[in-house]
Amino acid sequence: MKGEFTPKIVGFLCNWCSYAGADLAGTSKLKMPPSVSSIRVMCSGRVDPVLVATAFLRGADGVLVAGCHPGDCHYEKGNYYARRRFAILKKVMETLGLESERLRLSWVSASEGPRFQEVITEFTEKIKKLGPNPVKEKTSL
Amino acid sequence: MSKVLKIDKNVHEGVRELLRSFLENKKVKGVFALKKINENGAVAYSLITNPNMVEAILPFFPFMPANAGKLLSHLTLTGSLKGPIAAVVRPCELRAFVELVKREQGSLENFLFISSSCGGVYSLEKSVNGDLSTDSELWSKYWDGVKNPENQMADVRPTCKACEHFLPYSADMTVLLLGNKAIDTECKISLNTDKGEKFADGAKGEFIEEEIENEALKLFRNKRIEEKKRLFAESQIEKFGMDGLIKTFGRCIGCHGCSNICPICYCNLCTFDSRDYEWEPSTYETEIEKRGGIRVPPNTVFYHIGRLTHVGISCVGCGLCSDVCPADIPLSTIFLKVGESVQKVFDYLPGKDVEEAIPLTTFETEELTEVED
Ligand code: SF4
Ligand code: SF4
Ligand code: FES
Repeated sequence: MKGEFTPKIVGFLCNWCSYAGADLAGTSKLKMPPSVSSIRVMCSGRVDPVLVATAFLRGADGVLVAGCHPGDCHYEKGNYYARRRFAILKKVMETLGLESERLRLSWVSASEGPRFQEVITEFTEKIKKLGPNPVKEKTSL
Repeated sequence: MSKVLKIDKNVHEGVRELLRSFLENKKVKGVFALKKINENGAVAYSLITNPNMVEAILPFFPFMPANAGKLLSHLTLTGSLKGPIAAVVRPCELRAFVELVKREQGSLENFLFISSSCGGVYSLEKSVNGDLSTDSELWSKYWDGVKNPENQMADVRPTCKACEHFLPYSADMTVLLLGNKAIDTECKISLNTDKGEKFADGAKGEFIEEEIENEALKLFRNKRIEEKKRLFAESQIEKFGMDGLIKTFGRCIGCHGCSNICPICYCNLCTFDSRDYEWEPSTYETEIEKRGGIRVPPNTVFYHIGRLTHVGISCVGCGLCSDVCPADIPLSTIFLKVGESVQKVFDYLPGKDVEEAIPLTTFETEELTEVED
């Protein structure tokens, strides 16, 4: 039923910032939709577009890549590379007529619990509007 | 105006004569070019040092048995070759080599690059199943198309017909083929670099000044741009969506010929050939539970999206992936289209300039805010 749709979002969260931010949001008991399955990565720069494509094609309703704010990456430049890779994947999907809106890149620092809450809430709302990822139904991928 | 060496021979003989003199006068140690393998139209790239073997060289044979860029990368993978090598390659092959060098997969050192204003090539299928010897109908038709923009190479591959990068960007010499109606009696070679001039010094022939971007070339360029627009419009790639992708790649047999032949796909341990790409039995179980059924092997669309994100930024549109696909999937049209849209984001033309970093290996601290949320 449409009204009961809880999106499944795969979140690739950088260990040093966004994962800690998510943790903080949790321990601070901030209210968030239970939509995210987090995958902890050492840096957003580790997120090869192929990983994001995997999540998308396996039927994630949304995929979030989150890392430290520009300038704050633990490895200095990882998130700058991540941003370029992400831009490429988005462009590839757009050019192929795929729903690139189901991908999101956000910066969340370790101290930004409320920011994490906001990102998740907002993204979940957006995906709710888009509905379930139709890819889930395909059998001949 | 460019400096041009004019030799009073047809283009094939003219280039052979130049190559022979390079070898005889020890200006180069070797020549890398397409060489006849037998009389029925088989050619392969070869590296030769014996001047007597130049006879069998067919520098502009309209078929691409491999992307020379990939071959040159293999030759120089662990260091540059010692003596100077004159390499006769097509513009997209030179661009592929430059991309590979940027990826530290080869060295440009000690090469004299001879390229041409390129008329494209026939498909693998046509070259193998048709008669493509130097006295065949296909052969004369090809050269007719090279001379006249009106005939715009009727039967060459769709990718070539739609290619606007037919002038090499970093060749030392460019053999002027396109639009030159006199190629049966004269061979004009523009000398683009100091190196090119130095090597041509003392060659038999006349040195003249000429405008390379002439009216005929402009006509070719316009025709090809038009053709590209038509090709893209016809292929409707932007309307694919998931259903279109499944339809298009549905007949892929998973041979991975496209990535093996691709000059840009250079990784020896490709993730798509690795165990990582295989599903565990438990993954199959989750997926069939979710979907009610699944194609075996799965991941066809995934493979192609993966390849597009990995090589799209550097795809030179050489067309080989389409050439080798046994399932006749219009891969190079898709890669060209998606590649160009990705390249546009970074205003990048693959293989144009070896000094320009591949966008994935560099960044600006302030950019692309439109992809952040
Ligand atoms: S060459 Fe064709 S059939 Fe083989 S993997 Fe590539 S797309 Fe599939
Ligand atoms: S993807 Fe196809 S057209 Fe592009 S470089 Fe590779 S083989 Fe050539
Ligand atoms: S360590 Fe957080 S983005 Fe690099």
